[in-house]
Amino acid sequence: MRSADGASNDVTVLGVAGDWTVETVGEVLPTVADKVTPGHHLVFDGSDLGRLDTAGAWALVGLMRQQEEAGGSSELKGFSKPAATLIAEIDPLGRERLPEPERVNPMAWTLEEVGRGAAGIIDDGYLLISMMGEASVAFFNVLLLRRRMRWAAVFNNINQAAILAVPIIALMSFLVGMIIAQQGGFYLSSYGANLLVVDLVGVLTCRELGVLLTAIMIAGRSGAAYTAELGSMKMREEVDALKVLGLSSVEVLVLPRLVALIIALPILTLVSNLAALAGAWVVGLYYLGIPTDVFLSRLKAALTVTHVLIGLSKAPFMAAIIGLIASIEGMKVKGSAESLGEHTTTAVVKAIFMVVVTDGIFAMIFATIGI
Amino acid sequence: MADEVARQGDEEREAVISARDLVVGFSGEPILDGLDIDVWRGEILGVVGGSGTGKSVLLRTIIGLNNRSAGSIKIFGKDYDDMSNQERQEIGRRWGVLFQQGALFSSLTVLQNVGVPLREHMRLPEELVDELARLKIEMAGLPADACGKYPAELSGGMIKRVALARALVLDPDIVFLDEPTAGLDPIGAAEFDQLILKLRATLGLTVFMVTHDLDSLVTITDRIAVLGNRRVLVDGTFAELRSFDHPWVRAYFNGPRAEHFTFG
Repeated sequence: MRSADGASNDVTVLGVAGDWTVETVGEVLPTVADKVTPGHHLVFDGSDLGRLDTAGAWALVGLMRQQEEAGGSSELKGFSKPAATLIAEIDPLGRERLPEPERVNPMAWTLEEVGRGAAGIIDDGYLLISMMGEASVAFFNVLLLRRRMRWAAVFNNINQAAILAVPIIALMSFLVGMIIAQQGGFYLSSYGANLLVVDLVGVLTCRELGVLLTAIMIAGRSGAAYTAELGSMKMREEVDALKVLGLSSVEVLVLPRLVALIIALPILTLVSNLAALAGAWVVGLYYLGIPTDVFLSRLKAALTVTHVLIGLSKAPFMAAIIGLIASIEGMKVKGSAESLGEHTTTAVVKAIFMVVVTDGIFAMIFATIGI
Repeated sequence: MADEVARQGDEEREAVISARDLVVGFSGEPILDGLDIDVWRGEILGVVGGSGTGKSVLLRTIIGLNNRSAGSIKIFGKDYDDMSNQERQEIGRRWGVLFQQGALFSSLTVLQNVGVPLREHMRLPEELVDELARLKIEMAGLPADACGKYPAELSGGMIKRVALARALVLDPDIVFLDEPTAGLDPIGAAEFDQLILKLRATLGLTVFMVTHDLDSLVTITDRIAVLGNRRVLVDGTFAELRSFDHPWVRAYFNGPRAEHFTFG
């Protein structure tokens, strides 16, 4: 169409009709992209326009800008007042270009991550030592009666970590005791050595498995809970509030949890030992044909107090490791929900791994001193 | 469709939301008991009331986050209880909510946060989603370089603005604002008021606003509803409420902080 006022400009009138809203703009945009013509003067005629919202107005403004960039010009005609206001409102916005996201070299990124990971391990070591130190100071302050122990918190945590965990730990250990007795008994019975099952289960569970199973369960149960609790307190600035009140977050939050775990884990280990022996007794009675009195006298001969004490002696150390790792990870949580999940996962994985490592170290120590 | 009628700007008052005989309570005494409230299309309604009178509870009940033990809520002329899941989802696109603490998704950037409703409800090219999200961020008065930041890096005022941008990104018919200016400095709060007025003028919004900010109440609300005794005590303009005879209402609208507002 030729313009009325002069021959220099080609004028195209485009009717803007129907609904231009967020629902329709995705379909409309591709169909109108080719209407941009260099050198032309575009007239957008809005007299048949249905609904217009921000997305639609943005699409129109975008077309006008493209037309300008292509060396043409454009104008609006016949738009209702609200529509014109909306377009005018949007016109000055979104002009500035967003900074491009930085491109990273994958090789450099990999190297950097490996380096950060390695440095992170060292940092974790420092954090562990520092948290252990702070907790010890807090503990000695309590021992020297300079500070009072928060017994209410301790007992509350013992209830959470120990008492409420008894059913699951007993059940799990009972089943493991049964499995070991059945598997061991199956092979031992072919030598006619059914009775040795009692030695096997007694020594194995009381020395190693009872404490290990319990510690792993507690790392997953209470360790995760502690990280999540401390982490969400960190996110909501509750930890900062304690600090500002002149209280030590380690003394108020970490120490009661640590003490509770150190008390809870040996008790739970005993529960686990007893449950595993009960499992073995059931399998012995019904599967291997070992009468109860024989089972008990054999157990008395095979299982010395030393075995039980060796198992129990590891529990407080494992408890301390679980508690410390959980607390450290909790304190490392930053503002986002993602970070909370990440640190809770890390806490459980690290705690279980360290529990197994500790068990190995103890095994070496006991082997060296010959008990 | 109801909204087409409304966008033509009819003179008759149309209730976008009308609640009747609402009873809401959590184990024990009800917090709201026999409450009636209407929100008219195109108005800015301020809801005030003393602490614990259930302003936020009312807001959360209307948007379906709290259960009510009795009463009915009509939204865009339809009873909420009679709606199919499909209809409820569609309603979700037609309202926007600004939560008191912003409720931004902490693991997404500002741009992604604002883009969430677009991405989930609409089929739009990825580029357009980002453009529209950015447009709304700028309309909410934030600089474009805020787009790449995470919520944890934002100030309180910025969080409110991002949350408003997210509430408005689908151009809803109604927005619910829970204490939008709380925690903002007076300049920021005044800008926020102007922003809401401007958005209403351009987008034809209806606004349901829980607030305690007397300046906001005076400057932008068309009508104020006062909650008390578990229901709406009274509603009217600021000037009308000044002369209402109830101890709390009198103290609120004629107290030392309200004194300097004068009306011809």
